[in-house]
Amino acid sequence: MLWIWWQLIIRYAWTWRLRTAVQVLAITVGVSLGYAVSLINGAALAEFNAALREINGEADAVIEGSRTGFDEQLYARVATDPAVQMASPVLATDVLVAGTPDEYPPRLTVLGIDVLRAAALSPTLMGDRPGTVDSPASRFAIFGDGILLSPSALARFNVAVGDLLSVQAGGGTVALKVRGTLPGVRPGSLLGVMDLGFAQWRLGGLGRLTRIDLRLADGVSLEALRARLDLPAGVNLAGPDATGARLANLSRAYRVNLNVLALVALFTGGFLVFSLQAQGTLARRAQFAWLRAAGLERGQLKRLLVAEAVSIGTVGSVLGLFAGAAIARAALAALGGDLGGGYFNVGQPVLGFPLLTAAGFAGLGILAAVAGSYLPAREAAHTPPAAALHAGGAEEVLRPLGRIWPGLALLLAAGVLLTLPPVSGVPLPAYLAIGAILTGAIALQPRIARLVSRPLANCLQATRAGTRAPMLLLAANRMVQAPGAAAIAMAGIVASFGLMVAMGTMVSSFRGTLDGWLVQVLPADLYARVGQSTTDAWLPPADLQRISTHPGVQRVEFSRAVPVQLAADRAAVVVVARMIDAADPGAALPLVGSPLAWQPDMPPPVWVSEAMVDLYGAQVGGMLELPLAGRLQRFAVMGVWRDYARQFGSVAMRAEDYQRLTGDRTRTDAAIWLRLGVQAADVSRELLQTLESREVIELRAPDEIRALSLRIFDRSFAVTYVLEAAAILIGMIGVAATFSSQAMARSREFGMLRHIGVTRGQILRVLALEGALATVNAIVVGLLAGLVIALVLIRVINPQSFHWSMQLIVPFGLIAGLIVALLACATGTAAIAGRRAISTSPLRAVHEDW
Amino acid sequence: MLTRRRLLLTLAALAAPAGRAAVSYPQVLPRALVFPQDFGAHPDFRTEWWYLTGWLGGPAQPLGFQVTFFRSRTDVDPANPSAFAAHQLVIAHAAIADPARGALLVDERIARAGFGLAETAVGDTDARLSGWSLRRDPATDIYHARIAARDFSLGFTASASAAPWLQGEAGLSHKGPEPLQASYYYSRPQLKVQAQLERNGQLQKLAGIAWLDHEWSSAALAADAAGWDWIGMNLDDGSALAAFQIRSGQAGRPPVQTYAALRAANGAVQLIPPAQLGFTPLRHWNSSRHRAAWPVAQRITIGTRVFETRPLMDDQELDSSLTTGAVYWEGASELLEGGRPVGRGYLEMTGYPEDTRFIL
Repeated sequence: MLWIWWQLIIRYAWTWRLRTAVQVLAITVGVSLGYAVSLINGAALAEFNAALREINGEADAVIEGSRTGFDEQLYARVATDPAVQMASPVLATDVLVAGTPDEYPPRLTVLGIDVLRAAALSPTLMGDRPGTVDSPASRFAIFGDGILLSPSALARFNVAVGDLLSVQAGGGTVALKVRGTLPGVRPGSLLGVMDLGFAQWRLGGLGRLTRIDLRLADGVSLEALRARLDLPAGVNLAGPDATGARLANLSRAYRVNLNVLALVALFTGGFLVFSLQAQGTLARRAQFAWLRAAGLERGQLKRLLVAEAVSIGTVGSVLGLFAGAAIARAALAALGGDLGGGYFNVGQPVLGFPLLTAAGFAGLGILAAVAGSYLPAREAAHTPPAAALHAGGAEEVLRPLGRIWPGLALLLAAGVLLTLPPVSGVPLPAYLAIGAILTGAIALQPRIARLVSRPLANCLQATRAGTRAPMLLLAANRMVQAPGAAAIAMAGIVASFGLMVAMGTMVSSFRGTLDGWLVQVLPADLYARVGQSTTDAWLPPADLQRISTHPGVQRVEFSRAVPVQLAADRAAVVVVARMIDAADPGAALPLVGSPLAWQPDMPPPVWVSEAMVDLYGAQVGGMLELPLAGRLQRFAVMGVWRDYARQFGSVAMRAEDYQRLTGDRTRTDAAIWLRLGVQAADVSRELLQTLESREVIELRAPDEIRALSLRIFDRSFAVTYVLEAAAILIGMIGVAATFSSQAMARSREFGMLRHIGVTRGQILRVLALEGALATVNAIVVGLLAGLVIALVLIRVINPQSFHWSMQLIVPFGLIAGLIVALLACATGTAAIAGRRAISTSPLRAVHEDW
Repeated sequence: MLTRRRLLLTLAALAAPAGRAAVSYPQVLPRALVFPQDFGAHPDFRTEWWYLTGWLGGPAQPLGFQVTFFRSRTDVDPANPSAFAAHQLVIAHAAIADPARGALLVDERIARAGFGLAETAVGDTDARLSGWSLRRDPATDIYHARIAARDFSLGFTASASAAPWLQGEAGLSHKGPEPLQASYYYSRPQLKVQAQLERNGQLQKLAGIAWLDHEWSSAALAADAAGWDWIGMNLDDGSALAAFQIRSGQAGRPPVQTYAALRAANGAVQLIPPAQLGFTPLRHWNSSRHRAAWPVAQRITIGTRVFETRPLMDDQELDSSLTTGAVYWEGASELLEGGRPVGRGYLEMTGYPEDTRFIL
């Protein structure tokens, strides 16, 4: 058996080094990409959780409100509850740091803590204050105007201990004295720590807390505590991992998408293994037949071939794990933990190499190789030796591939899968459906090839064009006679081209829709903003006046964005308070569908983003309750709008309703319309000289915002492009390898052709034409499959994972370019592969077999 | 743990940093103390404490205990309206000295005043901090304390039988050569204690005798002061002895300040002139935790009377890492006269370790 192993596998692998290398490479690329993406995601999440533990320390539980926080009186109640052993109040404020040359003013998270209480729960936040150890004078410095900064924050803002740091918090600018460092805080994390009393006073948070860290008395359960505390609306009691879980939740769809893309490469690799393995089995069928005739059992042969696949898979996987680790390391260094997706605001993640994940991906790699080899192995084992010894029966072997029902069944299964809902927020059934569509299309490909080629062959024959182009006729006839061989060669191409079309179409649709949306939501001439909705800074009241009364300004619409926590394990929803005419909301919002008309006897109207419908079940005509100013307020949902800026849900309401219900008169954004003939750049320059918030305000023309947004979009899809390119590269290598081995297998046929007077050049032309025909066929099938998959991505996967809809925009240019490249590549490869095959003498070639 | 003397030393160094609205602390000037008003807190002053030390149990198995509440006014900008602004800090220490254990059983708490969680009330003694409390009942003049510490739980009542004993000059106690280096200081000696002590799940009902000091000040100590030796002793005949010396930092120099007073059982007070007062170390105990040689037994000469202190146990050293970082020796001690026990109380010593640190 060992001898057989040696003869059949090792020597074969060595003789066909290129083919073996390509098979191994296909698995390697797939495994490495999958493993790399998974490593990076794992590292980023671990980093975030570590950073979180550092801040939350050893708290058993956390009471959390949204960014706007809750009344501090809750603290007195919680701290004296017998179930609570220790309560540490926190006011987290995201301030903007003034005076940096950045495009966006950088954000600094400042934790206002009671150092006397936090010491027990979060020792990292105690920091290092020079002089503390031997000088009693600095002992109480933390209670005053001091801020302690993380090492990364010191470096980022270019300040040292003793310097002043100027920040915008609330409506004003505050200079904070850097009193020390937080050496225990992880590298990369921008964090400041202040005394809670001082933070409340100077950062605009009087009377408010955002969090209370708790250590519970022995034997107290979260549920019991939750029941007795009776927390106000919008305030939640959660376990210590809630924030980590929330982050994992909010980035999960993105991470799963990346993982699936990486697995696509493996999937394509599996098809490639199939192509080459089928070829290899065909090429060795005479040997197999001899072995069988010599007494090798059917099962033994099958096991032998599967063992061969396992070897390929194992070598490929092991190489892939190493390559994946290297890729992950490089990508982390270049793109950061979220690969440009913008989900994590964490420091430098440290890669861990978990054995289980490695084993999982190695297993997937081997599985892909075995799955790719199984059909050929089974066929080889089941072919009667006599039939196999008979030359020219290759197509017989491939006949089962021409069966129509497996492909149809797969497509049907895809249809069923598409009707299923997502599994805990991840569109798993839809992803499976994509796999089924692709496999189904590949399975149907021989049938389609014959369907397309037969009319062509018939037509050539009928119109006598065949006599003028006999090579084309030969090629077409081969497609009709041997569709299976072409299908094998093209499986990898159909898969990679189909997916490329799908992804390209999805990205183009998304980008186009986003672009159109940006035009729609940016009707004014100039936009001013202080902070994003996630920071705790707003336009100083004096600046509102200055902007409104600027002589070049015709009209200003101010708005306020406030994050509101609707569920402890989800990202905050953003409430946008702005000028909206209830009678004509479409003038202010990019509505999806038609809105209802609001009546004054209804609760105040809101218009929700698509994510609100998916995540919180908001319904047009229904009610929505939002915790505003510590109370649950009822609103009537009047319509749905498209909001690409806030993936986790947003609610637009009229500024007057917001102000009446909350008493909050602050504003974060301004849309400015200018008088005729006034230049936005001039107004912007003048405002930047007079505004109080000039160091942190962002003043931008709509074109600039559009360009910025699209740049961010492209950056976040950069990894997608790389993964796609990898998939198509594997496909191309596959075409070259498959054609080359097919051509070798047909050297007998070519010898015969040479024998009857066909020239070498003509054979090459036939091969090129065959390659072109097969590629056209693969392109047609891939294009169809790809467009269907694109629809699945746009209509099912995107709404399910990111909760937004988009219009279908097919990137014709991109697809046309791909087709041309593919045709050229496949035709060329086929001809080059053929050159080797016909280099043997015709006589030897014909004689080879008998 | 923070001793009253260490706290004074510490807070003395707390000059208001430049560039901030300076907090102005009232000076300690001669005035008549008014009760019950002066039983309560004086939040304008920089620092203040209620300091209860005593002995529990019979002669067979005596225990020492200490319960202290400190109030400290910081230099946080008085204009800060935040309820969390740390204008006032409340610190509490508790310790049990049990010779069977050989070392102190201690716990400490610190918090900013506010939200009803940590307060020292104005008007009468009423201090609370994270579930610990010390309160005087104005109707009975009985102090009630409740201390739920990490390793023990102590609740007691301490009843006074006499009016407050005003130390120094009618309650104004000098702490240095400068007139303003002074504090307001009164004591409640000979307090009768009924206590419930729970340790290791075992509840003990114990009777005993205690001493309460209440002192407040804004003053700085003399610059060359190195530390304190202080005693407060309840004598078996019903009299009481209070004495302290503020040692000079320079070896061989006489103390910066000394004080001693005896109160007879009938309330008559005898102030001892500094010239007739002397502290002499008799025996040192070397701490292994901190490089310090504590004179745990001392001879105290008051005029013609010669007393000696004898510690309940040697290791009564305290390290208050969570609250202040100060290291001191606060020990239950017997008072001997002519080799014969005549009273029980506490000896307190500061400034002996070489590596005095401040954590907070």
